[in-house]
Amino acid sequence: MSELAAGSPAHNTREGETPLVEMTGMSKSFGGLHAVDRIDINLFPGEVVGILGHNGAGKTVLIKMLSGAIRRDSGTIRVNGEEAPINNPRDAKDYGIETIYQTLALADNVDAASNLFLGRELRTRWGTLDDAAMEAEARKVMGRLNPRFVRFKEPVIALSGGQRQSVAIARAIHFNAHVLIMDEPTAALGPQETAQVADLIKQLKAEGIGIFLISHDIHDVFDLADRLYVIKSGQVVGMASTKEVTKDEVLGMIILGKCPPNAVPGPGAIRD
Amino acid sequence: MSDVAAKSAPSASDEGAFTRFLRATEIDSRLLGMIGALALIWVGFHLYGLFFNGYGAFLTPRNLWNLSVQTASIGVMATGMVLVIVMRHIDLSVGSILGFTAVAMGVTQVWYLPPLLGLGSPFIWIITIIVGLVLGTLVGALHGWVIAYLRVPAFIVTLGGQLVWRGAAYLVARGETVSPVDSTFALLGGGPHGSIGAYGSWIIGLIACAGVIALIVLGRRQRQRFGFPLRPIWAEILVGAVGCALIVGFVLLVNAYPWPSGIVRQYYRAAGLEMPESGVFISTGFAIPVLILIGVGIVMTFLATRTRFGRYVFAIGGNPEAAELAGINTRWVTLKVFALMGLLCGVSAVISSARLNSATNALGTLDELYVIAAAVIGGTSFSGGLGTIYGAILGALVMQSLQSGMVLVGFDSAVQQIVVGSVLVIAVFIDTVYRRRRK
Repeated sequence: MSELAAGSPAHNTREGETPLVEMTGMSKSFGGLHAVDRIDINLFPGEVVGILGHNGAGKTVLIKMLSGAIRRDSGTIRVNGEEAPINNPRDAKDYGIETIYQTLALADNVDAASNLFLGRELRTRWGTLDDAAMEAEARKVMGRLNPRFVRFKEPVIALSGGQRQSVAIARAIHFNAHVLIMDEPTAALGPQETAQVADLIKQLKAEGIGIFLISHDIHDVFDLADRLYVIKSGQVVGMASTKEVTKDEVLGMIILGKCPPNAVPGPGAIRD
Repeated sequence: MSDVAAKSAPSASDEGAFTRFLRATEIDSRLLGMIGALALIWVGFHLYGLFFNGYGAFLTPRNLWNLSVQTASIGVMATGMVLVIVMRHIDLSVGSILGFTAVAMGVTQVWYLPPLLGLGSPFIWIITIIVGLVLGTLVGALHGWVIAYLRVPAFIVTLGGQLVWRGAAYLVARGETVSPVDSTFALLGGGPHGSIGAYGSWIIGLIACAGVIALIVLGRRQRQRFGFPLRPIWAEILVGAVGCALIVGFVLLVNAYPWPSGIVRQYYRAAGLEMPESGVFISTGFAIPVLILIGVGIVMTFLATRTRFGRYVFAIGGNPEAAELAGINTRWVTLKVFALMGLLCGVSAVISSARLNSATNALGTLDELYVIAAAVIGGTSFSGGLGTIYGAILGALVMQSLQSGMVLVGFDSAVQQIVVGSVLVIAVFIDTVYRRRRK
């Protein structure tokens, strides 16, 4: 199957270029369950790649291996062509891989600035926390993302869903990310905030950042992604350019595991 | 505690002005509740003594001075317990670690060092303290390692530790009481000689007042620099004035407690002087253990609020998974928190054994209960992520006030146990109600 993919010119528009991220043979099992089973996936600079699949298909486990939150059983991660030994979240951040988790992963009891700089605090020259500087920086970045955000002194548990989301996004983009992983970024948002996130994705893409967009909302992915992967039962059903497949075909991939002619079939596709 | 918190909550009728006052001064309503509870306990015991025993002994310089010394040991450990509970753990072994390190320090300074260095050598007390603090830290670190890296729940590790270290304390000195401790070491336990007198207390008091004013001024300037909202000027002055008044009041109080006449007579005899007929008033001043508690409180507040370590402790308590995903080494932080707790047990062991002038393997028995109660009464939440150091010290003062108040008015030790145990449960109940209301 993969030989076929290599020979199909329509889907390798950027052949010859080094992928920003290339994951090969990624596997993870929990007990006897193969949550992720030999998945190959790549991402180029300035590209948005959608990862689609049912709940429990293995999307979140796959990206958590990239962000270092879950240790992989096997597989290789290459960043800019070089093997990247990512074993914990700190390693991933060192490679400029930032993640916005579905749960947002905010410490509810501390304020926005402390969350933004969690694990990367600014310090004074005596080594103490420079809260004033962190709050000033937070005001700057939040002003860009969400100008109406003013509740800097309160613990983030007091904030609305959209405000919490913008704190999580601010944390991911503030530290010069090269790769951004967004796990269901619009799940908790209203229509206006969803549009804001879409604008942000376009802006980041224009800056050359590669984005993995994990979603079960097919419309989101069609609006924003250049390519998409469909995952079912831990395996890739297929990969396609969003321009060359229809929503119905992609639904067929998600639900039935049936790969349409314009997509590159993966190991998880049903053969007839 | 219970009455005050229950009263202050429903008094919503005059809420307008009062809430505005709290907001302007940025005073935590919990802090006021705690001070109210303290006042209630103090006045209550005093009046009880007055009416039932014919003598109100609580609100006297002598008793309040003693209270401050008794609070020191529990207060020091409570500051560490705040961080432990903030991280959603518990430490049930603090009393046993205290006993173990106290006995270890006892044999070091009474059995082992004098033959080596000569009795009364100035190095004895220094080496002894180092031994105690290092031992305490190591024991705490061992607990932390088992909890963080072997993933055994803190409840079990420290419950086991409670027995282990109490047993170890027995073995170190074969169950003997080790005394008397080194004479310099004994000063760290307080008493007339282990206090700094009137002049020293005034100096400390004035430095503290200057510190309060400096903090207010610096805080205001910092807020101005970054354009953050400011407190109204009257609120700043009020907070500063009340802070300084409390400090001056405390100094006047400890200076109003004179040396007992027997000690004064000894002092005059030692100096070769004739004691005046009319008697002499020598102010005791701050006891050294109280100064240790204040120092520990300042250092721990700094650690908790101004350093990365403290920020991580609170973030882990708020959301352990988020902290892990943010790249915080949560296991290492856990180990450090328990090691710190062990170190503070060592400090408390110095205070307790110096105050007793001896070390026994029963020292610190049931202290874990008081320490946990102090932290919880002081606003540390068992659901993690919330707590303050000053709150825990005030909580220790509340617990100690209850305890010594009951002794003073002549309650049975059985009654004391019932009251202390109930207060702990009630404090946690009030905490849950308080948090539910705020949401």
